[in-house]
Amino acid sequence: MSFSRTYGNLQDQDRIFTNLYRDGDPFIDGALKRGDWHKTKDIVLNGDDWIIDQIKASGLRGRGGAGFPSGLKYSFMPKVSDGRPSYLVINADESEPGTCKDREIMRHDPHKLIEGALCVGVSMRAKAAYIYIRGEFWYEYNCLERAISEAYERGLIGKNACGTGYDFDVHVVHGAGAYICGEETGLIESLEGKQGKPRMKPPFPANAGLYGCPTTVTNVETVAVCPTILRRTPEWFASFGRKNNAGTKLFAVSGHVNNPGVFEEEMSIPLRELIEKHCGGVTGGWDNLKAIIPGGSSVPLLPKRICDDVLMDFDALRDVRSGLGTAAVIVMDKSTDVIAAIHRLSKFYAHESCGQCTPCREGTSWMEDMLGRMRKGNADFAEIDMLEELSYQIEGHTICALGDAAAWPVQGLIRHFRHEMEDRIEDYKAENPERGQRAKVSHLPEHH
Amino acid sequence: MFTQLLRRNRKLFTAPVRYFRPTQTLNNKFDIFVDGKPITVDSSYTIFQACHEAGVTIPRFCYHERLAVAGNCRMCLVEVEGAPKPVASCAMNVMPNMKVNTKSETTKVARGGVLEFLLANHPLDCPICDQGGECDLQDISQVYGYQESRFNEYKRAVEDKYLGPIIRTVMNRCIHCTRCIRFTEQVAGEHTLGTTGRGNYTEIGTYVEALVTNELSANAVDLCPVGALTHLPYTFVARPWELKSVYSIDVLDGMGSAIEVNYRGGELMRILPRVHEEINLEWISDKTRHAFDGLKKQRLSFPILKTPGGDIKELKWEEAMDIMRDQFDQVSGDEIAGFVGKLADLESTLAFRDLLHRLGCEHVESSSIAPKLNANLRSEYLFNSTIPGVEDADYVLMVGSNIRTEAPLLCSRIRSRVDEHGLEVGIVGYAPNLKHRYSHHGTTTDTLKEIADGSHPAFEKLREAKRPMVIVSSHALSRDDGEAILNNIKAIAESTNVINHEERWNGMNVLHNDIGRVGALDLGIQPYSGKDNIKNKKLVYLLAADEFREEDIPEDAFVIYQGHNGDKGANFADLVLPGSSYLEKHGSYVNMDGRTQIGRKAVTAPALAREDWTILRALSEELGAPLPYDSIEELRSRMSDLAPHLIKYDALESSGFEDLVVKNKRGSSEMNGTTFEDPIDNFYMTDSISRNSQVMARCSKEFNPKKFTNFKEPDIDFAGR
Repeated sequence: MSFSRTYGNLQDQDRIFTNLYRDGDPFIDGALKRGDWHKTKDIVLNGDDWIIDQIKASGLRGRGGAGFPSGLKYSFMPKVSDGRPSYLVINADESEPGTCKDREIMRHDPHKLIEGALCVGVSMRAKAAYIYIRGEFWYEYNCLERAISEAYERGLIGKNACGTGYDFDVHVVHGAGAYICGEETGLIESLEGKQGKPRMKPPFPANAGLYGCPTTVTNVETVAVCPTILRRTPEWFASFGRKNNAGTKLFAVSGHVNNPGVFEEEMSIPLRELIEKHCGGVTGGWDNLKAIIPGGSSVPLLPKRICDDVLMDFDALRDVRSGLGTAAVIVMDKSTDVIAAIHRLSKFYAHESCGQCTPCREGTSWMEDMLGRMRKGNADFAEIDMLEELSYQIEGHTICALGDAAAWPVQGLIRHFRHEMEDRIEDYKAENPERGQRAKVSHLPEHH
Repeated sequence: MFTQLLRRNRKLFTAPVRYFRPTQTLNNKFDIFVDGKPITVDSSYTIFQACHEAGVTIPRFCYHERLAVAGNCRMCLVEVEGAPKPVASCAMNVMPNMKVNTKSETTKVARGGVLEFLLANHPLDCPICDQGGECDLQDISQVYGYQESRFNEYKRAVEDKYLGPIIRTVMNRCIHCTRCIRFTEQVAGEHTLGTTGRGNYTEIGTYVEALVTNELSANAVDLCPVGALTHLPYTFVARPWELKSVYSIDVLDGMGSAIEVNYRGGELMRILPRVHEEINLEWISDKTRHAFDGLKKQRLSFPILKTPGGDIKELKWEEAMDIMRDQFDQVSGDEIAGFVGKLADLESTLAFRDLLHRLGCEHVESSSIAPKLNANLRSEYLFNSTIPGVEDADYVLMVGSNIRTEAPLLCSRIRSRVDEHGLEVGIVGYAPNLKHRYSHHGTTTDTLKEIADGSHPAFEKLREAKRPMVIVSSHALSRDDGEAILNNIKAIAESTNVINHEERWNGMNVLHNDIGRVGALDLGIQPYSGKDNIKNKKLVYLLAADEFREEDIPEDAFVIYQGHNGDKGANFADLVLPGSSYLEKHGSYVNMDGRTQIGRKAVTAPALAREDWTILRALSEELGAPLPYDSIEELRSRMSDLAPHLIKYDALESSGFEDLVVKNKRGSSEMNGTTFEDPIDNFYMTDSISRNSQVMARCSKEFNPKKFTNFKEPDIDFAGR
């Protein structure tokens, strides 16, 4: 790891989303002025392999949370069709608590997304792109619809898109507002008109996805940055951020900061710099900080001592046993009851679990119930261990990643704020001395 | 023979049961390692199947061999070396050199965790649960579960659903394996069950209150791994460890489904399906399962004489024999008519035939609603393509048939071909609600005529198809113009690929509704020849025959009825002899595709009732024409002299002569141009047993009140029991 350069301080000329704050017209005139749809024809005519190579070279990693290398993912689509069409599905079901970056793109820069859909669609030889938009995003849905009709009118998409001879359609599909429909296979099910219950993998969507056809599901931001990468060269994009964490990124900061908002910054920017430079600092100063959830509700929180110097990228956050996720930073100052906060998240996951597979269906509500008691202190010390054990019993045993997402915040809480939970229990015991101690029950082997 | 058969059936019952269709195997074999031991498997296998083949048991709730993989119970998680987390073995295909650890710590912890979650909200009230003793969750918890509960929260409570008179629900116990949903959708073809709600509030139900009305619904109860769905008529009746079982076959439709009869002491308790890949897979219809309570009602347990004054007098067997001797002495052989009913087994049919022949009577016929089929050539009256042959067919034309009520299990087979492989089905006649796609060509015999003379588009379909099937209902053939209908079908077979020698295909099929019919035809018993031939008869002997035209029987004739349930025949007869039902005697039956199977005795018939062939044997002694067999083995040996295939149990023999059958048309080919009626008015009441069954009465009342034709209201409130 090299510390010879610092990260952050993204210059205006390097910003991809130049209309993030609606400084100009979000629709076609403004978009053309900002350089969208510039030489898109050349990009498309360069061919699918070229686009994939460029995206691979840029080091772009998926912006939806998992951080899978996008070029690689797009290259999984079949090169030669067996008769089935290929589809690109864009995941605009942005439901993760704390995350609101895609919303800003769709509101204020929808043409970036549509152009990206064409470029990425061409790279995987797709016939059409479906943008699955969250049920609550009514305004954004209208923005996208308007932008798409503009693009159709100007021949940018549709038959002979941009004059390239390539036919490409873009459809917007309105969801009904369920978190699990943001999971890629749950999204496909929902798109097909079924209950949004994730499918088993394998088969992966690249083999059998939407209507049984090869499909790639990818995040709005990932798609929206692609045209700019293709225009400004992958080397330009790769020059930002640390190795393997290339590019610029939209960060959504919420919670106890003076100016919450969405900002585009370089990857690997120190967390503290991000908050102090863009958000006017934590309320009451940095020392008033208690904990930060760095990547949307599903990653473990970090206490202040880690937040002091952690970098905001995939690898650095993974090293401190958290994750970049969607880069939705939730800041909690010292006034926060961190147990109550995690209990609220736990409640969210219990509510949003699709109920299909056992560990998630039963485990999330069990954890919610336990945290509900621990919030008051009505528990035993041994139950903290048990809660942690339960979270590991859910993690990795479910069909989709919602089980993992429900387990991680709880694990983070126990890892970093165990003392606070114990204090709470102690206080409760002092107030309610009649309550006895439960024996410790653990089912795990000693060394597990 | 008997033990051999038993052994074979056992094997069927416990063998690896994933039903492979040839297209599924990829013939690409390689080695994988299960717990360190190498095993060669096909690449189409899942890890679960490979482990099963290696003799390693993997616990599971949602996975079922005959249903689509859901992968949601997570009980079958196993560790695969190289995989970051445990994988669901039921859904993951094998890969070359895969190393599966089913005994590792990761696997154990994963299983234990899942089981703990399942039990978290599951009531721990096994002693008052009807599934106790045969509960998958109970068994698997015993082996893989933890000793102690640590769930200190409130348990989920779910409202019970009313799904009809067959299925009882205790939804608190549901573990959401969705087997019942997949069964009703994929096998029964009904989209009534589903999940509502999300997360911990997920419920299995019908969303709006509805009944599960399909004819196979009770199989969903068998599939339920816990006590969430139980058999409503069997609620709190018996515990599995009290029951003894006998493997037998069902006689209530033409399929001859394999069943297991459970009894306690001398009482029938329940009927379960057995696996028979070529007949019923592992399902049975609701009638097969629940109609047996008709055997506990309206039973004929004493010989009964109806006096001229209309009184009823119970007799001893000696008295009955005396009366019969008197009656037979008064008439000559020409003045006797014998009718064989739909539920008659081969043994009693043969003894009946032999006896009457010995008395000089040649008039032994099937009772009057039997199809007009000739007993001379076997391929005329069989379901020639065989039941599993449905899987090979590429076009199906049904004539005058409602297969859903006539043979629900065959219907399910056809439906799965339609849904999964796009099999085309055309129907001439009544347009039933089959729950799969079909094209309805017309309702009258005119359409059949058009197809036969080639002017209907369906004719082209039959010509283009390589292995087309024509299925004609035995009910259609029992119409007055039954012979003409058959002639037209033969005409179709002549000019299309219905009989295709290249493919070794005979697609001319008669869908028999009655188990006794094929056997009777095999024994040379011809169909009812009409009213004119019996108008001079003085003595009419009905062997379990409840379906006849009263008006055809001469008024002065003395009518003897031998059977087991009080129904039309017993009501009409002057002398009633108490026989045994299919669960009370050893008897063999031939099902519609010509397979002889043995039904075994589970309980003893009540009071003075006797096995049917022994009654006839005793009567022959009284009449001075003793039959030459004293045991059932000797009787079967006589049967083999007549028709050797009748003692080749559970085997299909090609019958041949199909060209001859097709050329050999009898009578006129002019059909009367009327519509084909729905062949079965009420699926739940088709014979003397089901008409006496309270459960079936309840079903008819709930599922189709308009067709409720029983004579009395059920007096037990099942829902409140």
